[in-house]
Amino acid sequence: MKVTAQPSADTLTLHLDGELDASSAILLDTELAKPDILNYKKVLVDCAKLSYISSAGLGVFISHLQRFQDAEVKLVFFNMQEKVFNVFEILGLDALMTIVPTEAEATAA
Amino acid sequence: MSATLRITCSRSNLQKVRDFVREYLVEEHLSAVTVNQVVLAVDEVVANFIIHANGEDESQFLDVALGVTPHRLDVEIVDQGDTIFLPPSHQAPDLREYVRQGRKGGMGMTLVHRLMDDVSFFARDNHTVCHLSKRLP
Repeated sequence: MKVTAQPSADTLTLHLDGELDASSAILLDTELAKPDILNYKKVLVDCAKLSYISSAGLGVFISHLQRFQDAEVKLVFFNMQEKVFNVFEILGLDALMTIVPTEAEATAA
Repeated sequence: MSATLRITCSRSNLQKVRDFVREYLVEEHLSAVTVNQVVLAVDEVVANFIIHANGEDESQFLDVALGVTPHRLDVEIVDQGDTIFLPPSHQAPDLREYVRQGRKGGMGMTLVHRLMDDVSFFARDNHTVCHLSKRLP
C-alpha cells in the first residue's frame, strides 16, 4: 500500500495505491493525523488504484472525519472502483462521506 | 473441490489469505464485486482471530478452508490455538456516533454479517471455528 500526498494551494490530494487492510491502514492514519492537513480547505482521496479496503481502512477515515468537519476541511473521494464503492455502500458510508466519480467533480465539490 | 491454507497469526499474512481466496474463486467466474465481498468477509474474520483472539502471536496459526458446491461457497476458519474466542452477539453500529467519537474499529463483524448469508462461531475439539457461507449466482 502506498499513500502519496500531492499538495496544491488549498487542496491536498492523497493518491492511494494498493490494498488498505489491518496491516497497511497505519500508513493512511499517519498521513491523515498530520496536524497541517487541517490547513487545507479540501482533502481529495484519489481511489483509482485503491484495489481493496477492509474495515481497518474504513475505520481510519471514520476516525478522522469529525476532526475534518470541525476544522471545515472537506474530505472527498473520487475515482473509486465499483468493488470498493460496494463496501462503502454496504456499511452506509456513502451517505456519510462525499464520493464522486471524477477528479473534476471532486475539485468542484 | 476444496482448498486449505495455514497461516501464522501475523497481520502481514492477511494479503496471503486474500490472494488465496481470490485464486480459488477464479474458477467460479464471479463478478469482481462478489469476489471482493467474499475476500473481505474472510479477511475480517481472519484479522479478528489474529489480532483479538491471538494477540498477533506468531507461534499460533489458523487454517482457512474453502469449498464450493453448486451455488454455494463455504468457508471454515479454524483457530488452532486453544483459547476459545466466540464474539458477542452482533449489533449493527451507529456509524454517525462512531464518526462523532472518532472511533476506528468495530465494523468488521457488521461487514461479515452483511456480506455473507450465514455466519457462525463455535468450539470444536477445544478450538474456535468460524463458518461462513454465501449463495453464489
